[in-house]
Amino acid sequence: MKRSASIVGVLTAAVLLAAPAPAAAKTEIHFWHAMGGQLGEATNELVRQFNQSQAEHEVKALNKGTYPEVLTAAIAAYRQKNPPHIVQVFDVGTQTMLLSGAVYPIFQLTREQEIAIDWNDFIKPVTGYYSKDGNLYSMPFNSSSPILYVNRDAFKKAGLPDRPPATWREVGEASKKILAAGAAKCGFTTSWPSWTMLENTFPWHDQPFATNANGYTGLDTTLLINGEFGVKHIGQLAAWQKEGVFSYGGRMGQPDPKFINGDCAMLVQSSAVIGGFKKSLKFEWGTGQLPHWGPPYRKQNTVVGGATLWVMKGQKASDYPGVARFMKFLAEPHQQMWWHVTTGYLPITHSAIKNLETGHHFKKNPEQWTALSQLTAKPTPNSLGHRLGNFVQIREAIEGELENIFAGTKTAKQGLDDAVAKGNEILKEFAASNKP
Amino acid sequence: MKRAVFKNRRLPYLLVLPQLAVTLAFFFWPAFESLRLSFFRTSPFGDKRLFIGLDNFRKLVVDPEYYRSILNSFVFASGVTALALGTGLFVAALATQKVRGLAMYRAAVLWPYGIAPPVAGIIFLFIFHPSYGVLPYWLSFVTAYEFNWLLKGWVAMALVVVATAWTHVGYNIAFFLAGLLAIPASVLEAASVDGAGPVRRFRSIVFPLLSPITFYLLVVNMIFAFFGAFGVIHAVTQGGPSRATEIMVFKAYKDGFIGLNLGSSAAQSVVLMVVVIVLTALQFRFVEKRVTY
Repeated sequence: MKRSASIVGVLTAAVLLAAPAPAAAKTEIHFWHAMGGQLGEATNELVRQFNQSQAEHEVKALNKGTYPEVLTAAIAAYRQKNPPHIVQVFDVGTQTMLLSGAVYPIFQLTREQEIAIDWNDFIKPVTGYYSKDGNLYSMPFNSSSPILYVNRDAFKKAGLPDRPPATWREVGEASKKILAAGAAKCGFTTSWPSWTMLENTFPWHDQPFATNANGYTGLDTTLLINGEFGVKHIGQLAAWQKEGVFSYGGRMGQPDPKFINGDCAMLVQSSAVIGGFKKSLKFEWGTGQLPHWGPPYRKQNTVVGGATLWVMKGQKASDYPGVARFMKFLAEPHQQMWWHVTTGYLPITHSAIKNLETGHHFKKNPEQWTALSQLTAKPTPNSLGHRLGNFVQIREAIEGELENIFAGTKTAKQGLDDAVAKGNEILKEFAASNKP
Repeated sequence: MKRAVFKNRRLPYLLVLPQLAVTLAFFFWPAFESLRLSFFRTSPFGDKRLFIGLDNFRKLVVDPEYYRSILNSFVFASGVTALALGTGLFVAALATQKVRGLAMYRAAVLWPYGIAPPVAGIIFLFIFHPSYGVLPYWLSFVTAYEFNWLLKGWVAMALVVVATAWTHVGYNIAFFLAGLLAIPASVLEAASVDGAGPVRRFRSIVFPLLSPITFYLLVVNMIFAFFGAFGVIHAVTQGGPSRATEIMVFKAYKDGFIGLNLGSSAAQSVVLMVVVIVLTALQFRFVEKRVTY
């Protein structure tokens, strides 16, 4: 008995010694995100810098899986009445968050906590996407846009000029030459098929994706992707799929390996993979703007993808000053520039972009400028973004039909018609469950 | 059979209490919650909740995609069950042969069962993925056939069936092996003496004697294919291409956790539960009659 008592004593002492000295009551701020791999390391580094920069607040970052998983986890936590203070939600979850009644809008947070952030310094395509009635609801964090990646070695081998094709017609011609020269097995592929080929291609050509200014002005929205433009673009992709010019490679980032291993000479993918490609690509590569069909379509702007940080209601009032300070920290030019240079996500404040220009950053790294160059035009109602409820399901419906079209089991018109019918059903369901 | 009689009247209840508590907490309570949720239309954050009666079920009844997922489930479950039972019996029969190193082989054939379905899915991805898999890469040297299950629905279905059956076959082998070893050698020898060949011996003696085990495995494999195969599908096809491998349990997950339509997801879970209960009852009613214990 005595012996075991003394063991307990020793163990207790060891535990007490090992435990860190109680900090001077720092408030803990929980931050759930979906950044994995190199992006996760960069996120942790930002958080570490903030924690070191002041003594009152401690941000605890936690990777909760993929974007949908983070959202689901945050919802579950909110329903258990213990939400994280900050949650990273992807673009397509915006409408769900806006109507949830569970968020503390960022414009209101900074105003009430008397933290000054100059929202006018943020570029319009970004703030426009995440604002309601002119007020910003979530903090833009990681923003990107789809661009064209080109295997310059394959272009050289096929005797093509060393510049990325600017139009879809040129993409088709270059691909055929590449195939003929045996420089690659396919011309091009695309990641995130719905996001690149529809959600961005429509605003890029100033075409409406959905009614109500893509859902910004009302809930009774319907999709418009089965019109002449959509059928022309998707129909061309389907024809190219048959010829090997285009090769469908799955959803999300699944097709990336086709480009990385040299099978496809071109890839349409988010600008956010630049950081990863710099480390992993074993050939000369370059970037170009998302291809365009040219006249009669106007070149407008692409939309931002990625995610923003939402502040959740339901935590202690004394925690929110720290949350606001963290947001301010993220908005500062130094952090904005560091994040951009490290990850390839866009710098989204004018001051950060100006500083980068002064340092000739874009001259030295032209690939970092490509996506930004697509966002300079003043957005029209067609190109502000998309505000659709249950967008995840809609994207799912669209990508399912795209697969039917590329497999040749449906024509472009049939497939897009079916995608619209299904999408409208989903939108109706959302409108019904969110009646004011 | 000997009947155990407890003197203490409370003790038996006390002894089953832990099991009862577990069943109540982890089965009845969630099942009841699903049932309750299926009558509501709920916003994702749970702030708006509206009783809509059977509306969630009504929507399912008119949804062609839901019928497709039911059909997919049956195709998938039949495929997995047939393949896992057939291969299981075959390998178990092989493992009764007298060869050197038998113990090692017997252990080795059980290994796949030790691999979690999502991990098995990832392994299959690395072998079969059209973009980075090894097999399509080798295939491209010998044939022009493009092994692209990202677009061909039936290929995707075949792939997940094989992957799922592979993860489950070890379990079947273990049971079949035990069953085969329990068959008295004297019976088989007597049959041989009477002139019965291997096929006849299997049909008239081995198979009937194995029937209780086969029946048990049939039920367990079916249920596994309906519920437990989720991990493989989640890792390999995500229900695609174009819903070709979207089985009922995956659709319920996707609509609930990705689409955040909790009411419909709950209704689908209820339907799934009913389907599996009915299937199991049918099997007990009809198949069990032919089983000799």
